[in-house]
Amino acid sequence: MPAKIARLFKILPPGRGICAAGETEQYGSMTAKLALVAPCVMLASCSEGVLDPHGPVGLSERLILGDATAVMLAVVVPVIVLTLVFAWWFRADNRLAQYRPDWEYSGRIELIVWAIPALLIAFLGGMAWITSHDLDPPKPLASKEAPLEIEVVSLDWRWLFIYPGQGIATVNQLIVPVGVPIHFRLTSTSVMNSFFIPQLGSQIYTMPGMTTQLNLEADQAGTYDGLSAQFSGDGFSDMHFTVVATSPGQFRQWLGETRARGGALDRAAYSDLSKPSHAVESLSFGQVDPQLFGTVASGAIATRWSPEEAR
Amino acid sequence: MFGRLSWAVIPFDQPIIMITVAVIGTVLGSVLGLVTIKGWWPYLWREWITSVDHKRIGVMYMMLALVMLVRGFADAMMMRTQLALAAGHAAGYLPPEHYDQVFSAHGTIMIFFVAMTFVVGLMNFAVPLQLGVRDVAFPVLNSVSFWLTATGVLLVNLSLFVGEFARTGWLAYPPLSELAYSPGVGVDYYLWALQISGLGTLLSGINLTTTILKIRAPGMGYARMPVFCWTALASNLLIVAAFPVLTATFAMLLLDRYADFHFFTNDHGGNPMMYVSLIWIWGHPEVYILILPAFGVFSEVVATFSGKPLFGYRSMVMATMAICVLSFVVWLHHFFTMGAGADVNAFFGVMTMIIAVPTGVKIFNWLFTLYGGRIRFTVPVYWTLGFIVTFVIGGMTGVLMAIPPADFVLHNSLFLIAHFHNVAIGGVVFGVMAGYNYWFPKAFGFKLHEGLGKAVFWCWFIGFYLAFMPLYALGLMGATRRMQHYSNLHWQPLMLVAFAGAVLILFGIGLTGVQLAVSIRTRARNRDLTGDPWNGRTLEWSTPSPPPVWNFTQLPDVTRADAYWAAKQGTGPSLAGRPDSPVEALEVPRNTPVGIFVAFFATILGFALIWRIEWLAVAGLIGAVAVGLWQAWQKNRELIISAEQISEFDRLNMRGPA
Amino acid sequence: MSATSESLGLEGAIPLSYQGPAPTRVVAGFGFWLFLLSDIILFSVLFAAYAVLSSASAGGPTGAELFDKRHVFLETLCLLTSSVTCGFGSLAVARTDGRAMFVWMVATLVLGATFLGMEVTEFSGMVAAGAGPSHSAFLSAFFALVGTHGLHVGLGLVWLVIMLLQVKTFGFHPMVARRFFCFGLFWHALDIVWIGVFSIVYLGAH
Repeated sequence: MPAKIARLFKILPPGRGICAAGETEQYGSMTAKLALVAPCVMLASCSEGVLDPHGPVGLSERLILGDATAVMLAVVVPVIVLTLVFAWWFRADNRLAQYRPDWEYSGRIELIVWAIPALLIAFLGGMAWITSHDLDPPKPLASKEAPLEIEVVSLDWRWLFIYPGQGIATVNQLIVPVGVPIHFRLTSTSVMNSFFIPQLGSQIYTMPGMTTQLNLEADQAGTYDGLSAQFSGDGFSDMHFTVVATSPGQFRQWLGETRARGGALDRAAYSDLSKPSHAVESLSFGQVDPQLFGTVASGAIATRWSPEEAR
Repeated sequence: MFGRLSWAVIPFDQPIIMITVAVIGTVLGSVLGLVTIKGWWPYLWREWITSVDHKRIGVMYMMLALVMLVRGFADAMMMRTQLALAAGHAAGYLPPEHYDQVFSAHGTIMIFFVAMTFVVGLMNFAVPLQLGVRDVAFPVLNSVSFWLTATGVLLVNLSLFVGEFARTGWLAYPPLSELAYSPGVGVDYYLWALQISGLGTLLSGINLTTTILKIRAPGMGYARMPVFCWTALASNLLIVAAFPVLTATFAMLLLDRYADFHFFTNDHGGNPMMYVSLIWIWGHPEVYILILPAFGVFSEVVATFSGKPLFGYRSMVMATMAICVLSFVVWLHHFFTMGAGADVNAFFGVMTMIIAVPTGVKIFNWLFTLYGGRIRFTVPVYWTLGFIVTFVIGGMTGVLMAIPPADFVLHNSLFLIAHFHNVAIGGVVFGVMAGYNYWFPKAFGFKLHEGLGKAVFWCWFIGFYLAFMPLYALGLMGATRRMQHYSNLHWQPLMLVAFAGAVLILFGIGLTGVQLAVSIRTRARNRDLTGDPWNGRTLEWSTPSPPPVWNFTQLPDVTRADAYWAAKQGTGPSLAGRPDSPVEALEVPRNTPVGIFVAFFATILGFALIWRIEWLAVAGLIGAVAVGLWQAWQKNRELIISAEQISEFDRLNMRGPA
Repeated sequence: MSATSESLGLEGAIPLSYQGPAPTRVVAGFGFWLFLLSDIILFSVLFAAYAVLSSASAGGPTGAELFDKRHVFLETLCLLTSSVTCGFGSLAVARTDGRAMFVWMVATLVLGATFLGMEVTEFSGMVAAGAGPSHSAFLSAFFALVGTHGLHVGLGLVWLVIMLLQVKTFGFHPMVARRFFCFGLFWHALDIVWIGVFSIVYLGAH
């Protein structure tokens, strides 16, 4: 039946494309992994995005996705099957089926029918409560390392990263050391955006005149994609940035190189940066005005632009 | 003199728009020309445009929705095509400034002018018939509501070639929608079109709520109402409670844009987060406004075509009213990532899950209605089975995203897009299509072609899975919404599959038109001569198809739920309490042009406000008020239908009491 | 026994919800109530916005600095008294007493217009003193909330004039009586909203 073919995406034998099974051994239950088969199967490879996290936040979130999906499939799949079975068995020309034209109530069935969703939701609700608190973006990550502070400003249409402790800044490129928790403080220069690195975990909105917070960590070296997940105008699709997680030694080396390369991010340079532009080049600054983020976050120097100007 | 209006605002330099406008102009011109040549204007004016009959108004809503479905879907095809092409370094064919308008228009049109319009149309048509009464509480207001919706449609479509549309997405968040970042007329078109049609919707909500609560056949207490009327009640209560929030919020944004107020601006203390909160306080009930009547249609269809009563009537009613109330306490789940903190996020996450409980109960009750039935696989049943299977998947992904940390990685991604299309198409569209096929014979006196109806279903069903399952995958791969291009080439194959799905759905929409045309041509073969083509259970099937203006010669005396079914089975009394009493003359409301005249002036007002043409705005306002005053002085607003006329009609349709 | 009472197993009176379509006056009144409820929700949103923005004076004048409580007290007296006169006018409509109705309703008109005039004076004074709505989010919220109430009062006064003209044309036709009833509901509802306004905005100013 065509309907069955259409649902092939969801029903394939396990064993194909289970993502990074070895690495998730200590994190996932078998059912959670099986529940991830369906979406994994749809991926050309499982090596990108939310289902291939490289940090503790992302790993916890993937676990939540898997567990919740598994639990819900345990109800959803029987419901779908029952629907088709009932519809087929009780079709009008099947005289084997018993026609009960007056059967419209059963207390026992009502009890079950309210209880199943209620129990499911009680479980998932508990999970929602606990995990919301565990993974609250401003909550610091458990770690022996001291967090690296990074200040983020979403511009039109690129990302500015300021390292207040190190006195440097970059545009569209975020270099971080592996295994060190990163504490982000974020704001926007004009309109709302959303700071998102799918392979590291949670996103958070950036808003003008406000500061939001996020904690993430990369626990493997690699290059990850970053983007804005809240539409912000014509150049929105270009708001990509690269995240490079390197060893602490290489990180320190990069810091030195960046300072040496020079360039100062003062109010004038910032003003240039915040003009609307679709350009996606990476920049770096060896020096940063320490008051800059605070001033931007207070909303004192919000930019105004018009779409025509921005084109 | 003409505000911001000038020849320069017409995009002569954009071929896509100019060709579209040329096509629309040709089609519209041909239709209007045909009507003129055939001399149909007097008929149309008398019988449809000035009609205050809920059945006619319901049909007009459905027709408007079908036309706007084509418009909204054209936007969808443009988006799918762009995304199929714009991978890696390719730029596609739609530049961002155009693409942004396309997705904003797509969402706005689909929610406000397709889904709302379809659903309001179905409720308008069926509710008074199901309640056993002659019309809604305020028939003239009903006409006004319809025509104000048409005004909104006209303004949104005008933006295509006079100026531009909003480039902000369908909810126009500030600061992006403020003057500082959207100085053009696009956001103004959006705001005024929705304010005007929103007023129409609010009035319609008041109308139907009053009808359901105050105007029912004798003996039809609340527990004897059909479930579709209960879901219509819940939906209209939500309209009355939620639409004022939209009106107020848009009014504040308009004040920001027009009068230099500072509700949501970046400067002078404005608070854009407040807009997000307020707009979703409207936005979440809105989706329940859309889905509850669809649930009602499924309840009717399942019971009718299983040949048994709906399982667990009281449970269904309680679940419906629970959903109605709970829909107001979940709105923050649309912006978990705005940083409200763990306690607030967790509360709203839990409340969102709680609302899934009554929805789950409804699914089970439909299943147990099928159980023990003798199911006839008509087109509405296809849509219903397709709905159950599809909607539970969409519901599952919704509950998944109700867990805040899950949402932190899925918010605004294509996974979210897939989820809401899953429930909107699988729920609302499937429900509307079921209702359309189900009640069509009642409205027009002949059935729709079954075979083509099933073909339409399969195109939508398969097309939906092809178009949106890849989007679930893409969302998990890190693809966000509203992208005009993307650099990851791995995503392109999935985008192509999605494009194929959209093409299949387009084919289904085309087939809907074919189905209608073929059904009209072969109507002699498919006539509904009894008024009850499906062996139905509820009161509308006791009238002729189509029913006369007055619906029922005598209002039925209702003694139980499913009274018509019981009367047919002989297990309940006949519907007419006094079969031997003489037929009496009836009063029905007179047709009136008030609706279209108010809307005409509202269109002028809206257009003038958008383009800042003060004198024209004043003229439009005065005109609208003048029409209202004229109406206020009309005393003779009823038409008397003589007893002879009624008896003659009954004789011709061979209708005695059931 | 009707079929309905038989089906319910009752003798005599059957509950309202089983009695069939309600009379026109009930339907009109109920529908208008629903409209008023929707209007109150609209005001709630404006109140909520005011509450959120009441501290956002962006360095400009605050409520405590701007509001004249004596002025507001007089406005309140006018409006609340106009509700009383409206009530007496409604009673006159019910007993179709044209002269009494005219006197009471004109009194309502005069008191309502006085309220509005005082409010316009307050607003123009604030604008002249550099405290117009474009100066801060707090002021935007104030003008929108209080201004929307004032706009409703203004529309109510226009409606009242129309009603007086309608009585001249149609006398106390049931249609006119229904409309007067709805007007009364509207006018009293505006009173209730005003109580919210002066409590939250003026008495709560900081």
